[in-house]
Amino acid sequence: MGNKILEIKGLKVHYITDDGTVPAVDGIDMEIEEGETLGLVGETGAGKTTTALGIMNLVPDPPGKIVDGEIIFNGENLRAKSREAYRQIRGNKISMIFQDPMTSLNPVYTVFDQLTEVIKLHQNVNSGEALERAKEMLAKVGIPQERGEEYPHQFSGGMKQRVLIAIALACNPALLIADEPTTALDVTIQAQVLEVMKDLKKQFNMAMILITHDLGVVSEICEKVAIMYAGKIVEFADLESLFTNPSHPYTVGLFNSIPDPEEDVTKLTPIKGLIPEPTELPPGCVFNPRCPDVMDICKGEFPETVELSPTHRVACYKYHQGIGGENK
Amino acid sequence: MEKKLLEVENLQKIFNTPRGNLHAVDNINFFVREGETLGLVGESGCGKTTTGRMIVRLTQPTSGRILFQGQDIHTLNKKQLKETRRNIQMVFQDPFSSLNPRMSVSDLIKESFDIHKVYKKEKERDERVLEIMEVVGLSPRLVNSYPHELDGGRRQRVGIARAIALNPKCIVLDEPVSALDVSVQAQILNLLDRLQDEFKLTYLFIAHDLSVVKHVSDRIAVMYVGKMVELTDYKTIFKEPLHPYSRALISAIPTPNLKKKEERIILEGDVPSPINPGPGCRFYPRCRDRIDPVCKETEPEMREVKPGHFVACHRE
Repeated sequence: MGNKILEIKGLKVHYITDDGTVPAVDGIDMEIEEGETLGLVGETGAGKTTTALGIMNLVPDPPGKIVDGEIIFNGENLRAKSREAYRQIRGNKISMIFQDPMTSLNPVYTVFDQLTEVIKLHQNVNSGEALERAKEMLAKVGIPQERGEEYPHQFSGGMKQRVLIAIALACNPALLIADEPTTALDVTIQAQVLEVMKDLKKQFNMAMILITHDLGVVSEICEKVAIMYAGKIVEFADLESLFTNPSHPYTVGLFNSIPDPEEDVTKLTPIKGLIPEPTELPPGCVFNPRCPDVMDICKGEFPETVELSPTHRVACYKYHQGIGGENK
Repeated sequence: MEKKLLEVENLQKIFNTPRGNLHAVDNINFFVREGETLGLVGESGCGKTTTGRMIVRLTQPTSGRILFQGQDIHTLNKKQLKETRRNIQMVFQDPFSSLNPRMSVSDLIKESFDIHKVYKKEKERDERVLEIMEVVGLSPRLVNSYPHELDGGRRQRVGIARAIALNPKCIVLDEPVSALDVSVQAQILNLLDRLQDEFKLTYLFIAHDLSVVKHVSDRIAVMYVGKMVELTDYKTIFKEPLHPYSRALISAIPTPNLKKKEERIILEGDVPSPINPGPGCRFYPRCRDRIDPVCKETEPEMREVKPGHFVACHRE
């Protein structure tokens, strides 16, 4: 058992819009240990990216606001930090890689400029030392040093994502948040980038939150998985128990929706219906209108989280004692 | 053996760019049998979309022929072309930009009826619009909605409704599900499957996601930088891929299970530029099994190495 590097308790991030309040992240709990990778899985609008922005304190305000909860990083509550103190952490202790490598780099600066910027900002080094460090980082992600003089448009998508990884890791962060780092890439390039990330994670012994919608990527690289749906974490488990014993009906539905290239299935069994509008979430369990196992109680209150095992918890009435039992 | 509905012979498309000739599609050959689904896979820039666009005649080929029911579609006169267009339809990748934002769902669907003057009476036509909406799973209350009011899955259903409205024989599906979330993606795949059975449709399914392609296709063709490198039935391509690129591509798919993963083949480098390609195999610079000097100097031809299994590689 390692030390908890990050612990989130009851985090709520709401967007206050003219059409009403959108509870994008609605009371989530999770924890990550040192050197561990957590996969945060869900579909569009589940609140994955907002969770990440919440941790980084980058939620666009207005309309967004962290309304409640604690974010404990290395024993300190980040929500109590001043803006200045947060800047010391961001990019230094906690880094983030954004989804779209095409738009995350500044087109008018060279790669070296962008790499040394973060190093100079957080580490007490002169320009020469920063450049040395930048070269070292490029080598680590597999980019020839001379290409550091080039501008982002001269790089392909996969190479840009490597540059972003180099920037994110330049200050040796304890936690990396990667938001769909390979979604915009072709599959053979995705394989390359995942390989680089796996390698570096080991070398740097850092913890990582990998945001993705692809359960295949999760099975490659994660140790723990959190499944998000409409602002809630509905299931949280270690990789093995999630894949062998998916318990929340939404998780089961997700697995049934993906064609497995190693199996030969003629018909997929998708989840019926659509993801609800964020301003019109159903009362009770947010998944109840689409749930195949819906019960009356599901329409009342959102279910408490139940522990199926010390490493597996799920928010579903099916597993509540005295309720699920009668229904099976 | 079912007869061939669509045949593509030595199809080539070269775009002239300021930096040279871009070989988007370079002498490819294949056919699609009636009622089958041919999957066309490859990474960005391999020419799959250009191929699809040439088949629906949205892009003029540089050379080569496309035969639909034995007739070359690029030599048809205006009248014949209009007739053929009814039979070959296309569903586009991005349901967010492929629908005119100023047209309602019913306008979008009935557009093709009006172009082809299918119905004399408006009432009949409007009834048919509702019928088609039902077939693709769109609720009738959406008939007057505009695209921005619909989510991605529903928009793609509108795109599909437009494609099937005229009872075509063949539909070119260009990445129909890649912009959708997995749960919605599965719904659309099931819909396409049902429509194929119901209307005896022939699909050319273009996608980059091999697991999706495998799920829908009878045969799969793999493309790489304008070239077709392998073509065989959907099971064989996964079990015994022969071309080194197909092998790498298949091994790169992250599979959603905990089975022990085989040693992954990680390709070196990036996809090369299709502008002024060299004389040899396009895959040469990244290939682990290349043979010097033959692979560098001569381009491998597509050959049938086993019945129905075509591959373009000097190793085979």
